[in-house]
Amino acid sequence: MPVMSYAAAIRDALDVALARDPGVIVYGLGVTDPKGVFGTTLNLHQTFGPARVFDMPTSENAMTGIGVGAALGGLRPVLTHQRLDFALLSLDQIVNNAAKWHFMFGGRRSVPLTIRMIIGRGWGQGPTHSQSLQAWFGHIPGLKVVMPTTAADAKGLLLESIFDDDPVIFLEHRWLHNMTGEVPGGDHRVAIGSASRLRAGGDVTIAALSLMTVEALHAVDHLAGQGIACDLIDLRSVRPIDWPVIEASVRRTGRLLVLDTGYTTGGVAAEIVTHVVESCWSDLRVSPQRLAMPDSPESTSPALTESYHVRAADIAAAVGSLLGRPVETASLAAARRHPHDVPGDWFKGPF
Amino acid sequence: MRADLSQRLLRDMIRIRAVEETIAARYGEGKMRCPTHLSIGQEAPAAAAAAVLRPTDLAVSGHRAHAHYLAKGGDLPAMIAEIYGKATGCARGKGGSMHLIDERVGFMGSTAIVGGTVPVGVGLALARALAGGDDIVCVFMGDAVVETGVFFEAANFAVVRRLPVLFLCENNLYSVYSPLSVRQPPGRSLQSVAAGLGLAASGGDGNDVRAAYGLIAAAADRLRSGNGPQFVELATYRWREHCGPHYDNDIGYRSIEEFEAWRRDDPIVRFREALLAEGTIDGAWLEATEAALAAEVLAAFAFAEASPFPEPEQAFRGLYAKPLGREAVSCR
Ligand SMILES: Cc1ncc(C[n+]2csc(CCOP(=O)(O)OP(=O)(O)O)c2C)c(N)n1
Ligand SMILES: [Mg+2]
Repeated sequence: MPVMSYAAAIRDALDVALARDPGVIVYGLGVTDPKGVFGTTLNLHQTFGPARVFDMPTSENAMTGIGVGAALGGLRPVLTHQRLDFALLSLDQIVNNAAKWHFMFGGRRSVPLTIRMIIGRGWGQGPTHSQSLQAWFGHIPGLKVVMPTTAADAKGLLLESIFDDDPVIFLEHRWLHNMTGEVPGGDHRVAIGSASRLRAGGDVTIAALSLMTVEALHAVDHLAGQGIACDLIDLRSVRPIDWPVIEASVRRTGRLLVLDTGYTTGGVAAEIVTHVVESCWSDLRVSPQRLAMPDSPESTSPALTESYHVRAADIAAAVGSLLGRPVETASLAAARRHPHDVPGDWFKGPF
Repeated sequence: MRADLSQRLLRDMIRIRAVEETIAARYGEGKMRCPTHLSIGQEAPAAAAAAVLRPTDLAVSGHRAHAHYLAKGGDLPAMIAEIYGKATGCARGKGGSMHLIDERVGFMGSTAIVGGTVPVGVGLALARALAGGDDIVCVFMGDAVVETGVFFEAANFAVVRRLPVLFLCENNLYSVYSPLSVRQPPGRSLQSVAAGLGLAASGGDGNDVRAAYGLIAAAADRLRSGNGPQFVELATYRWREHCGPHYDNDIGYRSIEEFEAWRRDDPIVRFREALLAEGTIDGAWLEATEAALAAEVLAAFAFAEASPFPEPEQAFRGLYAKPLGREAVSCR
């Protein structure tokens, strides 16, 4: 299987979709420019032409509504935003039109629209370039929301989103773009609403999403060396959530830790804890915990982001506290090779 | 034009360029850790506006705001410290390059969402109009702002209420790497769009600082005498990459010829040579001015570097005017 980056896997999915169905269109700010949205759309317009792959004016709200209309008119639009924060201008079209059209017109027509939004972090992205608002979209009946972590899932979920007949919000973390993995060729699909179990263990269930799954992998593998076996579930979808997988795991472990890239209050982690408390009460041995972003915007200064994000060492410590036993975490923090505000050497700032 | 005004315009442009070039030169040190949009090549509109606006006038701007902040009289060391993420920064390290503020001089804020401060500027003008007086609000904006819905809505309200707003549009032909051709139909100017909304629109060469001054001063005069909102479009060009310290002509979104033509049209060189030829300045003036500005810039960077970082708990403070009992509701 070819190994490629998450960004390349997204581009691969778009390439497959555009080739498969002439109704697929791809647009957004910078889609055809020389950087191609961090490489995810690079040169697609050369293969598929400027009528189907195009740049747009800085008019996020209208261009979303135009996507809704194009979808109703028979196309399968994929709209891309370089930051989720820019898509906030289009909430009306997403929430009042895209999410509700099928329901409020008695099921006559659905809206097969995919909206990619990139979540920023670090290098001073600051208050308005770093928000992770999956909870907002997950709150809206009528939307589907996916947050793939691996390159293969990015491809599989993007293709599934594009060919889904309902609106899907596809959330990709900027810090995942350069992570690599094996990616199946062709029309690879991953079902929306299916979680994936990345590590099997009987001590603690960890439900994570997006970049938090990567931090969790570091923590889980580290804890394995201390005789602690975690069941690590990568949610992949935020709406719908794969409850059977989470419930089955919690029934085995009796302990739950939920990780989220969004703010703590009213977040996806809160939803999962609530659901597990409601459905698995008698299986729980200790009270479930969540680790999410503090209820405060991300600051710009590197001095103010150092203790802001959840890192692997925090996760390992939380697992220890769920188990009521001391765990060694210092070496996890020490193993970090990059400054806290960049994902790796490949990231030279500024965006 | 009076000699002191000419000298001021040139001095302000040289100052902005010196600041921006120093940021570019030092960005690679990795101490300015935030997205940074430089105004090199676009100094004239800011300098011209600076000479027209009064300290009591207000201004707002967007992501490319260093020049506007400095032109309005914003504190230079506090801006550099902000870009360095220091506690002495104008936003105490919370906002960085894209979120500048200096209320002392009426610079009410710049933000990173395109078009985001346009209605804020109109709202500030509403407050000013209710208070009376003839102060105005300058909304600094790029060409892409004319594509945003919020511009149409805010400008319309400003026209309806005849609010004292100057929409000052620096048209540098690009939004990131997207040329105007993917954003506006051929043959339609931004001015004509503004005029269609009922804004009194004018425009001209944004690399000719005297011409820019003339256009802005005339618009400001009309505003102060109650003539309703004005739109001034100034043609100019960003030299370096959209965001960051480098040149990016190699990546292919614009031609080297286009870039070179604009660089030959350097607003500073143009004006400097004119003033030298006229005898408004001489070599000694130039040397002394450049030396003084270089020293000021160096001192600002030294201040920023020597300043402390904010205390870590500041990451969770300052959300509300009146703090909640427990500000950061974090599980950790
Ligand atoms: C609503 C929104 N969409 C997209 C962006 C990404 N973005 C940042 S700067 C920029 C270009 C704006 O162009 P212009 O207004 O012409 O200003 P310039 O950069 O040329 O000075 C864009 C699209 C954003 N910040 N906000
Ligand atoms: Mg522009």
